[in-house]
Amino acid sequence: MTLDFLIYKIILVLIVFSITLLVATYSTYAERKIAAFLQDRIGPDRAGPFGILQPLADAVKMFMKEEIIPNVSNKALFVLGPGICMLTACMTGVIIPWGKSINIGGTDYPLQIADVNIGILYLFGVLSLGVYGIMIGGWASNNKYSLLGAIRASSQMISYEVAMGISIIALVMTTGTLSTGEIAAQQHGWHWNVLIQPLGCLIFIICAFAETNRAPFDLPECETELVGGYHTEYSSMKLGLFLFAEYINMFISSAVIATFYFGGYNMPLIGRWVHDPNVLAILGFVFLFMKIVGFIFFFMWVRWTLPRFRYDQLMNLGWKILIPLSILNLVLTGAWMMRHEIINYFVK
Amino acid sequence: MQLTNRSKVVVKKEMTFIERMYLPAIFSGMFITFKHLFKKSATIKYPEQTREFSKIYRGQHVLKRDEKGAERCTACGLCAVACPAEAITMTAAERKPGEEALYREEKYAATYEINMLRCIFCGDCEEACPKEAIFLTDRKVDSFYTRKEFIYGKSILVEGLESDKRVDVSVRETKAVEEFKKQKEFAHNETYDKNKKKTVAGH
Amino acid sequence: MITTYLFYLLSFLAIMFALMVVFSKNPIHSVLYLVLAFFTIAGHYVLLNAQFLAAVHIIVYAGAIMVLFLFVIMLLNLNKETEPHKSIWLKASAAVASGSLLVVLVGSLKGAASIPSAKTFDASIGLIENLGQTLFNDFLLPFEVSSILLLSAMVGAVMLGKKSIK
Repeated sequence: MTLDFLIYKIILVLIVFSITLLVATYSTYAERKIAAFLQDRIGPDRAGPFGILQPLADAVKMFMKEEIIPNVSNKALFVLGPGICMLTACMTGVIIPWGKSINIGGTDYPLQIADVNIGILYLFGVLSLGVYGIMIGGWASNNKYSLLGAIRASSQMISYEVAMGISIIALVMTTGTLSTGEIAAQQHGWHWNVLIQPLGCLIFIICAFAETNRAPFDLPECETELVGGYHTEYSSMKLGLFLFAEYINMFISSAVIATFYFGGYNMPLIGRWVHDPNVLAILGFVFLFMKIVGFIFFFMWVRWTLPRFRYDQLMNLGWKILIPLSILNLVLTGAWMMRHEIINYFVK
Repeated sequence: MQLTNRSKVVVKKEMTFIERMYLPAIFSGMFITFKHLFKKSATIKYPEQTREFSKIYRGQHVLKRDEKGAERCTACGLCAVACPAEAITMTAAERKPGEEALYREEKYAATYEINMLRCIFCGDCEEACPKEAIFLTDRKVDSFYTRKEFIYGKSILVEGLESDKRVDVSVRETKAVEEFKKQKEFAHNETYDKNKKKTVAGH
Repeated sequence: MITTYLFYLLSFLAIMFALMVVFSKNPIHSVLYLVLAFFTIAGHYVLLNAQFLAAVHIIVYAGAIMVLFLFVIMLLNLNKETEPHKSIWLKASAAVASGSLLVVLVGSLKGAASIPSAKTFDASIGLIENLGQTLFNDFLLPFEVSSILLLSAMVGAVMLGKKSIK
C-alpha cells in the first residue's frame, strides 16, 4: 500500500463524495422544476438565473430553522437516526464503477473506489441497513405517526428486498460474477443486461422505487395519513439530512440501475471514433452520468404521475406479484443457461 | 341533461388480464404527463408581469371631482341605499360661502366611508349615483393588519386635485355620463348659481 | 500487525456490545447493541478473508432478522415500565443454565490444538468461488436438506397465517 495508491484513493473518494452531494443537492432543484414543468408551471426561479441557487437558499433556510428535540424522545437515538440514514446513503457509492481506468504515467487508475469481489452483496448489506436510520428516528421521536411511518418503512423494505434480491440473483447467474466492476465491463457494445434480463430489470427498477421510498411507494412519509411519517418530529438540518438522504439514495439507485442493466459507462459504437483510452474513460463517465440523469428524471417523472399505493396493494404487489415473478425469472434464466444440457437429455 | 360530450358512463366489469397488469394504464399516464412537459406554463410572474384586467374590472372606488376640481358628491345617500352589503355611510353638510371651488353643489359629504371588508364590488353604487360622483376603478384594495384600516374615508376615496392624480374612469363612463355632461346647467356651480336658480326653485 | 490490533479491538467491542445487550433495560437498546455486535462479528469474518460470509451475515442478521426484531418490539411497545418482575428463582436458574453452557463451550474448545494454525490457513477458503465449490460438491446433501427445512418452515408459517383452512 504505497503513498501513491493512498492519495489516489483519497482523491477518488473525495470526488465521488462531492459529486454525490452535488447531484443530490441539485436533484431537489430538479425535482421542483420537473414537477412544475409536468404541471404547466415554472417552478423556483427567483434565486439566481432560472432559480439555479435555490438549493443554496434551501440549505440556508434549513440551517437557520430552530432545532427542536422533543422532550419525551430518546435524545441519543433521535440524533442518530438521520445520521445513519445519511451514512448508509453515502456508503453505496463506493462500489459503482464510474468509468474505465485512467492511465497516468504508465499506471492504471480505475475509476472505482473499491472493486470488491462481493460488490453486489455489499450493496445489499448497506441497503438493508438504511432502514435502521428511519426506524430508529421514527421510534425515538415518541410519536405515533413517526412510529407508524417507521414500521411501514421497515416492512416495506423487507418485503421488496426479497424480490430485488431474487431478480439480482438471475443477473448474477447470467454474468457469473458478484463484482460490479466486472458486470459493467461485460456490457461493452450492445451487450446490455437489460436485453438479456428485461423482466429482472423491470422488477429491479420497481423494487428500487420501493427501497428509496419514492412515490408511488412513499408510504412511510405519506403526508395525507401520517403527517410527515418518520420525520414528523424532526426540524432544521436533521430533517434536511433525512430528505437529503432520499435524494442521495435516488442518485445511487440510478447509478446502480445504469450499471447493472444499462451498460454502465459503456456506450455502443463509441470505440469506432475514439481510441485514446483516457478520453474513452472520461467519455465513459460522461455516458454513465447521462444515464444516471435520465433515471433520476424517470424517478421524478413517475413521482409526479402515479398516485400512492394503498398499504394492502403495496404488500400484494410485493409478495404476491413481484416475488413469484422474480422466481419465475430465476427459473427461466436457469433453464436458458442449461438449455444445451436439457436438450441433450431429451434428445438422448 | 347532457352538457358536454366528455362524460363517460362508468361500467363496473371484471378487468381483463392486460388491465389488471396496470402497465398500459401507467404508460398512458406517463405519456400524458410527458406531454405536459412541452406545454406553455400558465404562470404569470406577478411583480414583473400582471394579469390583464377585464375592461370592466371593479376595484377600489373613487369619488370624482369635476373638471374644475370640485367634489361631485352631494351626499344624497342613494349609493348607501343601493348598496346590498351596506358598506357605505356618509354625513351630509351644507356648503359655506367661499367653498364653491371645493364642492360643486350646496350640499356635500362631510364624511364618506366605505367599509372595504363589507363591499362586494357589485357596482350598484355607481349605478345609483345621480351625480356621476362615485366610480369603481381597476385599482386593487390594499391589505392591512387591522379591520379599522379597511374603512376608507374621503382622504383615500376622493381623487387628487392635480391633473396627474386624477383617476381615469373613462371606461366606466356610460352613455348616461355623457348625457349628464351635456347638461350645461350642471356643468359647474357658478353657472348654475347665476342662471338656473329660479328654474330649480320653480319646480 | 494491524490485523492483530484490529482483532483485539473487534473482540473487545464484540464482547462489550454483547454485554450491553444483556444489561440494557430497554429492549430496543438491546436490539441495537445486538446489531452492533453482529457488525463486529462481520468484521472478524473480513479479517479471516471471508467477505462473502461477512456480507451475508450483515444482510441476513443485521439487515433482515434484526429489523424484524425491532419491528416486533416497536409494535408491542415494550419498555422499562412494562418489563415484568422476575423472581429470584428464575434469575438463579438462568445463571445456572448459562453457566453450564459456558462450561460446555470451554470444554469443547479445550482441544484447541486441533485448530489449524495461521501458517497452514488457506486465505482464499472464504472467497465466494471456493465456498460455492465446497457447498455444491462436498456438502450438497446438507445444503439441499437445509433448503427443504426452510421450505417446510415457510409452508408452516403460511398455514399459521391463513385465517381458515378449507
